[in-house]
Amino acid sequence: MSLWSFANPAKFMKVTAPLVPALSGLSLLLLVIGLVWGFFFTPDDYRQGSTVKIFYLHVPAAMMAINAWGAMLLGSLIWLIRRHHVSALVAKAAAPVGVTMTLIALLTGAIWGQPMWGTWWAWDPRLTSFLILFLFYLGYMALWTAIDDPDTAADLTSILCLVGSVFAVLSRYAVNFWNQGLHQGASLSLDKEKNVADIFFYPVLVTMAGFVLLFLALVLVRTRTEIRLRRLHALQLRERMA
Amino acid sequence: MSALVLRDLALAFRSGGGFGLALAFFLIVTVLVPFGIGPESGRLALVAPGILWMGALLSCLLSLDRLFALDREDGTLELLATAPVPLEGVAAAKALAHWLTTGLPLTLAAPALGILLNLPAAGYWPIFVSLLIGTPALSLIGTFGAALTVGLKRGGLLLSLLVLPLYIPTLIFGAEVARRGAEGLAAGAALLLLGAITAGCLALAPLAAAAALRINMR
Repeated sequence: MSLWSFANPAKFMKVTAPLVPALSGLSLLLLVIGLVWGFFFTPDDYRQGSTVKIFYLHVPAAMMAINAWGAMLLGSLIWLIRRHHVSALVAKAAAPVGVTMTLIALLTGAIWGQPMWGTWWAWDPRLTSFLILFLFYLGYMALWTAIDDPDTAADLTSILCLVGSVFAVLSRYAVNFWNQGLHQGASLSLDKEKNVADIFFYPVLVTMAGFVLLFLALVLVRTRTEIRLRRLHALQLRERMA
Repeated sequence: MSALVLRDLALAFRSGGGFGLALAFFLIVTVLVPFGIGPESGRLALVAPGILWMGALLSCLLSLDRLFALDREDGTLELLATAPVPLEGVAAAKALAHWLTTGLPLTLAAPALGILLNLPAAGYWPIFVSLLIGTPALSLIGTFGAALTVGLKRGGLLLSLLVLPLYIPTLIFGAEVARRGAEGLAAGAALLLLGAITAGCLALAPLAAAAALRINMR
């Protein structure tokens, strides 16, 4: 048995049916633990006060905003190379989740930025590249809805995803060239010296794990819906033929 | 391939609307700017390089949706796909023809329009060079976008939504060259990066455009 056997939609449906409630439950548990821990059982930052606590939502959402695009890229590549329909549908399902995560990161950032930087928005490289990522998501989803034939739509959006990935990375570094930043550097690092203090680090690890599971659960639900939609469509066609 | 370029050029010249339209649009955008932000020459000089780049970019976008659409409607695209020239070559020829009819005239007109916006004297050469190097990338990326949306009935608006985010790096470096040049700063690094984007697009955009065309003609 190989990994590719899950590309069979029937098998995929069977395997993921128990996974969805398990992942959602675990994600809920981790998010509740992480957020309660972060909000009530960690000290305030000595300069930013209690506003720092939005960190526990902001950082995981920003991480998933980028990883969702990565998932789309992977799904698109597998679709283009091996023509497994499920993988194209996973890419389609990941986009709305990713765009929501991008929006959460931008909004929590604005809410955090208002008291700390005195502004809701600044044309900082990180903020700007997230806004650009948001535009890429919009274009990708618009192309999906614009094309009627599902296979053509999957092909064209996959190519757009590949080209878009190149330009998203290019934009990420181009905006560094264009303007100096207000946003702090990376808070999380494998280097112990640069990492945020442990007392903040452990709760954020828990919420990050919660966001990963939440993303997986949402993508699975959406993929299952897409598969059911296709099945329904096929049934309707058969009905009309008969 | 040269025959294809010549054919597209001839079509653009003779059909009237296609060729001068981008230039006229560029002129109108430039004329509208002082109405929007006020006629003070200091303020205009400050924004002139950016406005010229934005205007050129939007003018480039204008004619993109016709790039493959007409050929698809009358079946020329199918003939081109079965021609001995590979589809990648067709896409490159289309991009070249698009650049010759929009990018090049825009580049030549930009310094003249700079007078209207009170562009500082030091800025003429940088805006010309940056557009000369940057507009081919705009045409190439636009060709990819046009190939992606060729099968859609109302692809125009979607085309803008898809192509404009892809234009961001080119715009950043191009406007940076023009701005630095106008302020008398060294613009070499930005110019090299702009050239790198154009060279990369030249190598890869025809491949992506041809792949999209093949899917759309299935």
